[in-house]
Amino acid sequence: MFLINCPYCGERDQSEFSSGGEAHIVRPKQPTKLSDDQWAEYLFMRKNIKGVQFERWNHAHGCRKWFNMVRDTSNDKIHAVYKMAEKPPVK
Amino acid sequence: MKNKYSIFSLIKNAFSYHENWQRAWRDPEPKKEYDAIIVGGGGHGLATAFYLAKKHNMTNIAVVEKGWIGGGNTGRNTTIIRSNYLWDASAGLYDHALKIWEGLSQELNYNIMFSQRGVMNLAHNLQDVRDLKRRTHANRLNGIDAVWLNTKEVKSFCPIINTSPGIRYPVLGGTLQRRAGTARHDAVAWGYARGADSMGVDIIQNCEVKGIKRNGDSVEGIETTKGFIKTKKIGVVAAGHSSVIANMIDIKLPLESKPLQALVSEPVKPIIDTVVMSNAVHAYISQSDKGELVIGAGTDAYISYTQRGSHDVIEGTLKAILELYPIFSRMKMLRQWGGIVDICPDASPIISKTHIKGLYFNCGWGTGGFKATPGSGDLFAHTIANDEPHKLNAAFNINRFVSGDLVDEHGAAAVAH
Repeated sequence: MFLINCPYCGERDQSEFSSGGEAHIVRPKQPTKLSDDQWAEYLFMRKNIKGVQFERWNHAHGCRKWFNMVRDTSNDKIHAVYKMAEKPPVK
Repeated sequence: MKNKYSIFSLIKNAFSYHENWQRAWRDPEPKKEYDAIIVGGGGHGLATAFYLAKKHNMTNIAVVEKGWIGGGNTGRNTTIIRSNYLWDASAGLYDHALKIWEGLSQELNYNIMFSQRGVMNLAHNLQDVRDLKRRTHANRLNGIDAVWLNTKEVKSFCPIINTSPGIRYPVLGGTLQRRAGTARHDAVAWGYARGADSMGVDIIQNCEVKGIKRNGDSVEGIETTKGFIKTKKIGVVAAGHSSVIANMIDIKLPLESKPLQALVSEPVKPIIDTVVMSNAVHAYISQSDKGELVIGAGTDAYISYTQRGSHDVIEGTLKAILELYPIFSRMKMLRQWGGIVDICPDASPIISKTHIKGLYFNCGWGTGGFKATPGSGDLFAHTIANDEPHKLNAAFNINRFVSGDLVDEHGAAAVAH
């Protein structure tokens, strides 16, 4: 349980948001050319990091916009919040 | 077993004021090399070691545990055991475990307090009714006991449930598996540890894995806080931290680790003699032998390794508990905690070889691994010893995420555990 600083609405309770998991997983440019292994990698395989992780969040009970977040999953501390098109901050 | 527990040993030790009981297991320093190493000293890991030694004669093996045995999810779950899963593969897996549970106290010479008090799953809407009825039929086809109860029968089986049609999620019926129930979770870890240790397995506590040494396509050993240990076979049973181990050797697993919470109340006299679960409102309840109500919640919906979880999840669960059991409105809660569960996209586990020779993973049990402990250990031991899966865990290989042959229990049956 923590507060999230939505880049559009400001600081709100985490329960207003839904997590979209790991960020910056690029959708394949040519899906028809993908092998089964590559599909599995894209759809299912995750780093599931214990520590600083880049992830997507959606302000589901607010502006409903998607954005990115850098969060330490070992203590739930949020290091940065940035909009979808923005470049991820360097560590 | 060197020191058999019995009524006679109890009487004998009473004369020396119970001060001369042997240690249940040794506390050895790691050897330089083992035939196999199990990473993770929870129920599943200890059971794996036990069956490797007992059924496959692999006694030169070790279990390494970063904390103390049974101190992770084995000691954090709500101890529910059942096997009423929808799909054939799951039914085979979980009922295999349930059959071992039924004789486990005798097999281990250790009272694991297995209590077949029944597990009832409630239906709160028309779709629940259809799904649960379908599940009872599927269960019966797989030889698993299951009955459908209407609202009146639910009430007579567990009289404290509020079956008034006026509540937000009225009880429209439920399923009952009478062979299901609970067991003492710590005793399961201790019983398996004692059994494995007596056959020569080294159980090494406070020994955290820091890295896995790999030579090309095979493993060579593990780096730990107690030094390097050589081995050709590594079985990883690290529950919520499976991905942490996988990242050490640069393989990805289809897992997300999330906090799952539970809480217990102050102890009271016997009031509920079964286990009642509800997928729709996501609350489950039973009463421990000490008299505490044991209440389980859902997971937090984001990745976290914090072992605490959010307040709103607990609040939602307790709201559901209070509506279903108004009698508990004045109960005080004593403890609340979270465990980190590793969830697969299809809510089914992975008991599998990997593309690296000698590296095996047993993970992805998500929110319901405790019930499978003996079966999981037995099948994982088979997989490690033979370098081949048993037919009961063949469907739970890691390649199902490539082939698409998923065992989808999320939508089917096993939302709540």
